[in-house]
Amino acid sequence: MRVVLDHITKQFDDVIAVNDFSAVLESGELVCLLGPSGCGKSTILNMLSGILPVTRGTIMFDNDDVTTMPPEKRGIGLVFQNYALYPHMTVMGNICFPLETQRVPKAERIERANEIAKLVHVDMLMNRKPGELSGGQQQRVAIARALVKNPRLLLLDEPLSNLDARLRLEMREEIRRIQQKTGVTTIFVTHDQEEAMSISDRIILMKASLLQQNDIPQNLYNQPVNQFVADFLGNPPINNIPGTLRDGVFTAQDGRAKAIIPEFKGLTSQNPVNLSVRSESFILDENGPIECQVTRVYQMGKEEMAYFNFGGTTFSAYIDAEKNLVVGSTVRLSLKRRGVFVFDRETGERIR
Amino acid sequence: MKKNTVQERKIENKSFLSKIEPFLYLLPFLIGLVVFTLYPVINVVLISFKEGYSHLSRNFTEWGLGNYETVLADPRFGQAISNTIKYVLLVVPISTCLSIVIANLLNQKLRFSALFQTAYFLPMVTSITAVGLAWKLMYNKNFGIINYLLSFFGVDKIPWLENAQWSIPALVIFGIWNILPFTIILLLSGLQNIDPLYYTAAKVDGSSSLRIFFRITIPLLAPTIFLVCIINTISCFKVFSELYPLFNGKPGPFNNLYTVVYYIRYAMMENRKYGIAAAAAIILFMFIFVFTMVQHFIQNRTRR
Repeated sequence: MRVVLDHITKQFDDVIAVNDFSAVLESGELVCLLGPSGCGKSTILNMLSGILPVTRGTIMFDNDDVTTMPPEKRGIGLVFQNYALYPHMTVMGNICFPLETQRVPKAERIERANEIAKLVHVDMLMNRKPGELSGGQQQRVAIARALVKNPRLLLLDEPLSNLDARLRLEMREEIRRIQQKTGVTTIFVTHDQEEAMSISDRIILMKASLLQQNDIPQNLYNQPVNQFVADFLGNPPINNIPGTLRDGVFTAQDGRAKAIIPEFKGLTSQNPVNLSVRSESFILDENGPIECQVTRVYQMGKEEMAYFNFGGTTFSAYIDAEKNLVVGSTVRLSLKRRGVFVFDRETGERIR
Repeated sequence: MKKNTVQERKIENKSFLSKIEPFLYLLPFLIGLVVFTLYPVINVVLISFKEGYSHLSRNFTEWGLGNYETVLADPRFGQAISNTIKYVLLVVPISTCLSIVIANLLNQKLRFSALFQTAYFLPMVTSITAVGLAWKLMYNKNFGIINYLLSFFGVDKIPWLENAQWSIPALVIFGIWNILPFTIILLLSGLQNIDPLYYTAAKVDGSSSLRIFFRITIPLLAPTIFLVCIINTISCFKVFSELYPLFNGKPGPFNNLYTVVYYIRYAMMENRKYGIAAAAAIILFMFIFVFTMVQHFIQNRTRR
């Protein structure tokens, strides 16, 4: 099902939680709503589910305007952060419950519950109570309960945040597998950029009630529209070197360290800028424009994580371990084409 | 934590004083427990087996089951047991059902809910004797507000307190009203412990509020409901202070409303038969004990 959010605004008293948010979700896509806590991503999810009313704007499911439709009529499946499985019912009871409400005959209920349980691999746990299941199993049951009524839209609210690291990896693959098998349009809310990068078709990144970028994961990483997007994605975080840019010459904040960067030729900014470079985008190069001191080196197998000082700013870079960097020595670096950006320090807008 | 610090102290200083120090702190409570609870309880058990016990001289003729035989043969005691069981079987289920409904309403975010809460909890902080006298006025056949209100529905004047047939309903209604606030508080706290997310989940699935109530609220509240039933059963078995002010200190208009505790009081205060009173008290204890065990058993069965 295609979901259209058209200029959605949500206001709580005098706090604007979501500000003029527009996005289109194509049928069968898995879209991540990504952002730090309090950015409004869960509010959007709750508006899609109908739990929260929309202040302004419209929500369309295919050709239906669902903006004011009550939750039960929207045909959505919702998975909660802490699963909200009914503790007094067995797994079977939990999965059947939505169908019971829809007055599906008992035999069909059990058949459909068994079918969906097989899909999410909980078919051998049907007679257990939620309290007797591990976190991952509870998660699977919660997904089964959301999927059993064949929803048009599956909403997952930070579904992995209650799991330990290993289970999180496993479950995120599982969610992807289940989603692709059922082909249900899915929205996944998370604050974990790695999670979002690894499973989604598209990521919608938000900050403080505003949409920042809505794009495929690679583009968010390789073509961030602003400083926030560049900072939010990537591990280790992107290196931001503050300075000024005059006709392709980058001057660090101390005013002395200068780098003439050929790719930036002709580029000038009135405002101070950040030269933002991903750690993997530096190359050790005798003729490179950036002259800097090696401050620390960590062995990481075939690569080294090295820290450099340029004009008072420390940044990190992956360097081939064979280069044998010596702490305290001065080296020259050049920049790759990918993963190098210039942002306006005042507006956060991308200059290059 | 506490255990640790005590152990550490022991290692530091093993003197006699430090060993008995914790017991010294417990002593005031222990003295109270022994003097006011343990000693009377043991004494009641003993007295119940002493035949011809005189509370003045503390002499008795012989050990035996004579007191129990007398109590069980006394038709008044039979009446007391039957009245008490009737009272329990009426008050406990009705008050529990009413409380579940009221607690649910109070748990909703209604306007004036604070006001309602205060109103419902008022009986808890008022003296039952004073309230009982007020109810006595309300039950008055000719001038009581209850008959006045009922007259709007075309109900004839009911002789609540003058007629043997109506005296049990009068006592039961007052008993329910009296027990309601405590029950509601317990159930309300049980309700507030239910994660509202369950309701949201059920609502998203399209469940009606009635289905949510019976399929989610009630099962999740079941442990609290059981607790309430046990506590209320015990307190209803001991019904006395509800009865006393309603009928001028008599057990009903024609001495027809003996309850077990009233019987105990009567045997002791009016007949000075301490042995009889003690035996009746032990029998009451057995009743409460059996009922509570049955409830526990049911609770354990349903939990599984």
